[in-house]
Amino acid sequence: MKKNRRAFIKLAALAAAGLAVAPKAMASGSAAPVKVNATAVHAEHWAMVIDTTKLHTEEEIGKLAKICHSIHNVPSIEGKQEVKWLWSDEYGHTFPEQENPHLAEEVHHRAYALLCNHCEQPSCVRVCPTKATFKRPDGIVAMDYHRCIGCRYCMAACPYGSRSFNWGEPRKNLDLSKLNPEFPTRMRGVVEKCNFCVERLAVGKEPACVEASHGAIVFGDLSNPDSEIRKVLREKFTIRRKPSAGTEPSVYYII
Amino acid sequence: MKMQNGFPIVAGLVIFIGLLCAPFVMGKVVTHEYKAPEIKMPVGEKECIESKEFMREQHMQLLNQWRDWALRDGKRTYTNHAGKEFTISLQNTCMKCHNNKADFCDKCHTDAGVSPYCWDCHVQPEGLK
Repeated sequence: MKKNRRAFIKLAALAAAGLAVAPKAMASGSAAPVKVNATAVHAEHWAMVIDTTKLHTEEEIGKLAKICHSIHNVPSIEGKQEVKWLWSDEYGHTFPEQENPHLAEEVHHRAYALLCNHCEQPSCVRVCPTKATFKRPDGIVAMDYHRCIGCRYCMAACPYGSRSFNWGEPRKNLDLSKLNPEFPTRMRGVVEKCNFCVERLAVGKEPACVEASHGAIVFGDLSNPDSEIRKVLREKFTIRRKPSAGTEPSVYYII
Repeated sequence: MKMQNGFPIVAGLVIFIGLLCAPFVMGKVVTHEYKAPEIKMPVGEKECIESKEFMREQHMQLLNQWRDWALRDGKRTYTNHAGKEFTISLQNTCMKCHNNKADFCDKCHTDAGVSPYCWDCHVQPEGLK
């Protein structure tokens, strides 16, 4: 009897040890069902440099905005309920802290292309209560429209006004015959913004505005010292919007 | 022992229990068995990304996982149980095959009283009107 109990306890201990190990062993045996696209382009930190000496008229920026808005099914609404991913504005509104009364006339008269800055310290991400907006490991600040509850905290937090709210049914302001069938629309009550064309990066393409800019916008990996964008940043003087906000934008402007 | 007013009480009980059970009896007689709706399968394609049983039971969980994988993790290639790879996209992978939402998705969803809000944003293959 005594011997039997000892044997039983030994066996039980062995079984318990096995149970502790088994799930891990089984998990490592099966391959993960998902991976990154084979054609995707990668970076540790995506960033953009806009050369305002080459790209500075409202028409040119408007052209880029039109391309951006058409591939992302962004509705066009006039007035306060406007939805925009890419737009243009004057110097004083773009760089309010970097203005001086004797600035070159020509710099003052340029139009500046504006979009989401994909900040390193995005205030929108910090305030989002549902984590609908989040920063990807590659530096892109993305939106998960499935989780957005439309509280608009992110809009209040964004120092750049880069976020738009869909007050009404966005499809009512879209030309349904010219919809891009590859990209979804949004629903009423969600915030939307530029996404650095993550869906294009995933298939190895550059963002649409970069492609259409004929070299006026440079896009690349900020963490790679040999990249094109780092070369441009080394050679040219650049500024970023609202440095005092401390959000560290990833969009740079050559003045 | 003799029951006072026995007959009306028993008769009343019988009527009461009869009424109570009537819906079940009537239901059995009147209603017919549930028949799954006949959905229109894609013409050219024979196989879905996973087995028929898997898709029938778990397409909603799979779609949920897909949306998180693609959007939040940036992983857009799915390897199925047979080892074949697919691009993760409701609009561009699922709906390219199942190119008729009305005849495929809606039939079961309407029958089951389920109205998923996928189509509030995603563009159905027929296009929007």
